[in-house]
Amino acid sequence: MLGLDKKDTSLLIIVAILTLLAPFILNPFPTGSAMAQFNAGYPDLMQRFVIFGIFAIGFNILFGLTGYLSFGHAAFLGVGSYSAVWMFKLLSYNVIPAIALSVVVAALFSLLIGYVSLRRSGIYFSILTLAFAQMSFALAYSVLSNPKFNLTNGETGLQVYADDPQIFHRDSLPDMPHLFGLSMRSTYKLDIGAWSFDFNAGYYLCAVIMMVMFYLAIRIFRSPFGMMLRAVKSNQQRMNYTGLNPRPYTLAAFVISGMYAGLAGGLMAAMDPLAGAERMQWTASGEVVLMTILGGAGTLIGPVLGAGFIKYFENIFSKINDNILHQWFSFLPDGIEDFMVFIVHPFIGKGWHLTLGILFMLVVIFLPGGLVEGGQRLGKWIRNRGKGATDAKTKQEPAE
Amino acid sequence: MGILEVKNVGKRFGGLQALSDVNLSVAENTVHAIIGPNGAGKSTLLNCLVGKLIPDSGSVMFDGQSVLGRAPYEINQMGISRVFQTPEIFGDLTVLENMMIPCFAKRDGAFELNALPSVSSQKDVMDRAMHMLEEMRMADKRNMHAAAMSRGDKRRLEIGMCLSQEPRLLLLDEPTAGMARADTNNTIDLLKQIKQERDITIAIIEHDMHVVFSLAERITVLAQGTPLVEDTPENIKGHPKVREAYLGESA
Ligand SMILES: Nc1ncnc2c1ncn2[C@@H]1O[C@H](COP(=O)(O)OP(=O)(O)OP(=O)(O)O)[C@@H](O)[C@H]1O
Ligand SMILES: [Mg+2]
Repeated sequence: MLGLDKKDTSLLIIVAILTLLAPFILNPFPTGSAMAQFNAGYPDLMQRFVIFGIFAIGFNILFGLTGYLSFGHAAFLGVGSYSAVWMFKLLSYNVIPAIALSVVVAALFSLLIGYVSLRRSGIYFSILTLAFAQMSFALAYSVLSNPKFNLTNGETGLQVYADDPQIFHRDSLPDMPHLFGLSMRSTYKLDIGAWSFDFNAGYYLCAVIMMVMFYLAIRIFRSPFGMMLRAVKSNQQRMNYTGLNPRPYTLAAFVISGMYAGLAGGLMAAMDPLAGAERMQWTASGEVVLMTILGGAGTLIGPVLGAGFIKYFENIFSKINDNILHQWFSFLPDGIEDFMVFIVHPFIGKGWHLTLGILFMLVVIFLPGGLVEGGQRLGKWIRNRGKGATDAKTKQEPAE
Repeated sequence: MGILEVKNVGKRFGGLQALSDVNLSVAENTVHAIIGPNGAGKSTLLNCLVGKLIPDSGSVMFDGQSVLGRAPYEINQMGISRVFQTPEIFGDLTVLENMMIPCFAKRDGAFELNALPSVSSQKDVMDRAMHMLEEMRMADKRNMHAAAMSRGDKRRLEIGMCLSQEPRLLLLDEPTAGMARADTNNTIDLLKQIKQERDITIAIIEHDMHVVFSLAERITVLAQGTPLVEDTPENIKGHPKVREAYLGESA
C-alpha cells in the first residue's frame, strides 16, 4: 500500500491507530483517581509527543542513516518557531503559511550550516554544528534584538502584539493560531463515566502531519538514497572509489533533517504563538540526540518512541512532589517512610533529569539498540517460550 | 600509446623521496604487474593514479585525459576501479546491497536524489546486481551481512563490485595478501576468467610471484621509487638486476 511493503504498511497503520486514538490510550485512569497523575492525555502534552516525534524522526534520517551526529539541530527548531511567529505577526494567525515558511527557512539555514560543517566528519563535525547552534542562540538572544532591528525580541521572546500588521486578519477569525478558522486550542471533551477524554484540534493537526512525515521517512529509508546514506556510514572510502560523492548525500540528509526540525519548530509556534531563544540552546539539541538513541537510532519507530518516552517521564516525574511520595509510602512505618521519601526525593520534581540520566545509561549499556531492541528481545522471548511449549520439533527459526 | 600513461611522476613525503621520475605505460587489454620490495613505492604510485595522492611532478593520463587534480570519485567515473589491499566493502550492508551500490553509481552518476522510489522497484539495478553476484558465484549469500563473510568472499565481492561498473582499467593492490593458498588460487582463476570474458586492462601490484607469473603479460619492477626494468615475465625471471634488487640474491 502507498508504495510500501507489507511490514512497513502494518507499522504505518499501527502508528496511525495509536496516534489517532492517543486521547483514549494516554488517559487510562479515571479523572480524580490517585493514578490520574500518570495520565498523559491532555492536549499540551500530546502535542509535545508528536512534535518532538517529528523532530526526532528527522534527526534520525541524518544520525541514524549516515552516522553524522549533529549537536546543533535545535537551531533549526528555533528558526522554525521564529519564522512561524513572524508569519502570524505579518499575515494572520492561519498556521499554513507559518508552517510553510518555517520549513523553507530551516531548509536554507541548514543548507548553510551543513555546507560548512560537513567539510569535517566525526567529532569535528559535531563540534562545528554545536558551535553554529550556540552562535544562533547568541544571535537570537541578543544580537538580533536591538531597537533598530528587532528580529527576535531577545529575552522576552517573539510574540504577536495588537499593533502587528496581520494584514489578512479579520474579526470573524479566532485571535489565536487557527486552521482556516478552526482554533488550535478548540478541544472537545468527552466524558464517559469517571473518565474524561480531550480531543484537541491542534493535536490532531500535529498528529496528521507527523504521520505524513513518518510515511516520508519510511520512503526515504527504503529508497536508493537511503541506501546511499547507509553506505556513507558504512564505508566512505569505498564510496569514493565507487564513483560516488558522499558530500552531497550527507548534505541532502542534513537539509532534510533540518527541514523536519523546522517543521517541528513551526508546529510548536502554531500550538502556542511564542518563540524564544532557549529553544535553540544546546540542551535542546542534546535532547533530540537522547530521544533518538534511547528509542533506537537507525530504526524507523525508535525516535518516535524515544521522544514519547522522554516527554512522558519529563512530565510525570517533574510533577511528583514530596506530598505524593508520602502518600505512596504511607503504608510504611513513619521513620522508614521519611527515609524512603528522602531517598527518592532527588529523582523527582526538578531532579527528574537525574532519573532520565539513569534511564538513559541503563538503556545504552543493556540495550545498545534502544527501546526497539528491548521490544525485539521481548518479542523473541515470548515467541520462543510459546514455541517451546507447543512445538519442540520446529526449533529452527529463520534468522532475522 | 597505452591506456594509462605515467610520465616523470615524483612524490615526496617530508624527507623521503617515495617516487622519482616514474614512467609507466600500460597497454590496453593487457595484465600489467608492478612488483618491487617493501617500501619501493608501489602503493604510493597507485594512490597517485586514483586521486588519493597528488604527485609533486609529472603527469598521469588515462585514455588521453589527465587524472591529476580530480577527486577519486571523478577518476572512478572515468573508468578506473580500484581493489584495496584489505577488502573495502560496505560491511553493514547486505551482499546484494553492496553489489547494487556500484550499479547505481554506474546508472545515476556521482549523486542522485532518488529518495522516494523503493530500492526494490529499481528493477534494472536489481537485475544487474543479481547477475553480477551469480557471475561471482555468491548469489546464495545475497542476504548476508557483508562483514560476516570470509576474507576470500569479501575479496570476491569487492572485485565483483568493481567489475559491475564495467571499468576500462582495474587496479589491484596485493589482492592475495594474507590469503590461504586455496583462496589465492581461486583469485587467480577469477582474474583469468575476468580477463578472458571482457575487454579490460588490469594493473596489479603483487608480492606473490606465483600470482604475478600466472597472470602478467608485462612486468614493471620498482625499486626505491624508480622503475628498474620493464619486460615480459620470461625475461624478468632471469634478469640479474631484478634478482639483485627484488629477490635480494646476488647474481
Ligand atoms: N602517507 C605517507 N606519509 C609518509 N610516508 C609515506 C606515506 N605513504 C607511504 N610512505 C612511505 O613511502 C615509501 C613507499 O611506500 P609504499 O607504501 O608506496 O610502498 P610499497 O611498495 O607499497 O610497499 P609494500 O610492499 O610494503 O606495500 C615507504 O617508505 C613508506 O613508509
Ligand atoms: Mg603497498
